[in-house]
Amino acid sequence: MAQIRLENIIKLFGKVAAVNNVSLTINDGEFMVLLGPSGCGKTTLLRCLAGLEIPDGGNIFISDQNVTEFSPRRRNIAMVFQNYAIFPHLTVYDNIGFGLKMKKFSKADIEKNVKRAATLLEVDKYLERHPAQLSGGQRQRVAVARAIAMNPAVLLMDEPLSNLDALLRMQMRAELKRLLQEIGATTVYVTHDQVEALSMGDRISVMKSGQIAQVDDPMKVYTDPANTFVGGFIGSPPMNFLVGEVVQSEGGLAVEIEGQRLPAPANLARMAGQKVTVGLRAENIEAGEVKDGPGLPTQVMVVEPLGSHLLLTTRIGGQSLKVVTPVDYPVSPDQPLWLRPDLNKLRWLDAQSGTLLNLN
Amino acid sequence: MSLKQEPEQALKTPGQAGEVALPDFKRRRRRFNYTPFLLLLPATLFLAIFFLYPMLQSFIIAFQDSQGGFTFDNIDTMVKDTNFGDALKYTLLFIVIIVPLQVVLALIMALVINTGLKWAGFFLYIWTIPLAISDLAAGIVWYSIFTNHGYINQILIQLGLTQTPIDFLSFENPTLVFVAVVIAELWRATAIVMVILVAGLQVIPRAYTEAAEVFGASPWQRLWHVTLPMLKPSLQVALILRTILAFQTFALVFALAGRIMPVLAGEAYKWYNDVRNVGVAATYALLILLLSLANTFIYLRFLNTKAEELA
Repeated sequence: MAQIRLENIIKLFGKVAAVNNVSLTINDGEFMVLLGPSGCGKTTLLRCLAGLEIPDGGNIFISDQNVTEFSPRRRNIAMVFQNYAIFPHLTVYDNIGFGLKMKKFSKADIEKNVKRAATLLEVDKYLERHPAQLSGGQRQRVAVARAIAMNPAVLLMDEPLSNLDALLRMQMRAELKRLLQEIGATTVYVTHDQVEALSMGDRISVMKSGQIAQVDDPMKVYTDPANTFVGGFIGSPPMNFLVGEVVQSEGGLAVEIEGQRLPAPANLARMAGQKVTVGLRAENIEAGEVKDGPGLPTQVMVVEPLGSHLLLTTRIGGQSLKVVTPVDYPVSPDQPLWLRPDLNKLRWLDAQSGTLLNLN
Repeated sequence: MSLKQEPEQALKTPGQAGEVALPDFKRRRRRFNYTPFLLLLPATLFLAIFFLYPMLQSFIIAFQDSQGGFTFDNIDTMVKDTNFGDALKYTLLFIVIIVPLQVVLALIMALVINTGLKWAGFFLYIWTIPLAISDLAAGIVWYSIFTNHGYINQILIQLGLTQTPIDFLSFENPTLVFVAVVIAELWRATAIVMVILVAGLQVIPRAYTEAAEVFGASPWQRLWHVTLPMLKPSLQVALILRTILAFQTFALVFALAGRIMPVLAGEAYKWYNDVRNVGVAATYALLILLLSLANTFIYLRFLNTKAEELA
């Protein structure tokens, strides 16, 4: 049973802090995704956890043991590398059994675990082959099988699906999720793909510039981003952000966006007279041609048919707003559109810092 | 009629009017590209004139008597010569001892350089300096170290470890002479093996050793199970090159040991230059060639990396 605790981890490359004071607790058996754009420090953090990098500051605990300065082989971990790193000179069987052989397991134990892992990942037909004789997808499976054969308490995965084509990635995503639920190892999964993060993780740590921007379960990260960065990074299309001003009006508190007022919750009163950023998801906006109910007058700029729906880019004043509509919705560029946001799903953020306002 | 059925209909009526004419395949063939052959030509000419031609010539000379007829006399003379046994013995012994020593030493040096530590690059330059020195010059340098009034004896006398200089390079101590030659050759020619191995190590992606580390391999296990197998192609090249060159060792031995330690290449020189018997000299050269070929064949056969084992 392995809980992972990262305390104030700092990793410097020269004078740049790739990981800057990160603290994170990953529960036993949890699937934690480290998500962020390239250069955010997610892979460096994973490598610190693996022992491939020694952090310049902070401590790492696995199962309450301080492993900060342990070499990788003393940490009881297994890892799936981005480029798989399965050994070209070894057969699939020897690759999967590599870790067990290094740890001097008996031949019978190695065989039992290799067969089990190979069957789970459906590579049991290729055990005598060399990696060069496998397709990219099969190599990826061997890399996962090698990790799973170890029965690791902690499983680390560094963008394991990023080298697969889109279709295979989607298939593998679902398969990995099922597999990891079955195994129950504490998993840390690095990815820059927000779809992977949302669909697989028990929780997501969104990282930016070496720091964690938000740690929450996937739906919470999606619906309540801690700041404009998280909202803008997660979701396709990303969350819309409109800048407006909180004003008192006859009907109560409102936010005025490009001269148009939308009702605002009463607990925003302390912001009266100040600018706020309103966050709203494209799918929480209803499009119409006639002005009925509270909404925003916009003009359609771009219409993108995406098969299952239309993605509209619209403009209100100098700001743009993305909206999805059913695929048969009659719309063309340059036409005016009346957008009615779901008022309960508006998110209120500080216009300067971009962080979510605490309305309690 | 749906679109899908049309090609089927067309196929049902072969050889009839309206059949689509096949494109003229001859016309579509790619034009022959001479460029690679032109680029190979200078090197091929060079090798043919300076290597292949002399090789064939020495092959002919080896089987020719003074009248130009065919003979085995040269082989007979070579084999019956008093020095032949010693020359063959020393050459083989020299190779058996020096090649493994150099490979192990070069591997250690290459691994040190490949650590990427602060002074690693500096060592690369220091260690490759002997490569720039001609083997005869190297022999003379080591002679001045080992000789009776050489540096070693002077140091030993200064330290009071011996009163009279030790005769390292004398007829009475052929083993010492052999050891001196091995040391000098280690100093001179290990770097070429090292350079090849450094190049080989540098193309092994770090991810492999990292994966081995994560999966519990100790430094020794990483070397044995990952680094060495992936270095096999480079090791093969280094072994072939080093062994062939070792068969040709001559100038350094000649400078250090003179006639105390005869080697095959030295005998070829002696028969050509001192005895002035071109036939026997050519026979020695031919023997060296055959031994080198046999050796290379063994290396290629037993250190072969199968295509599917490559990354």
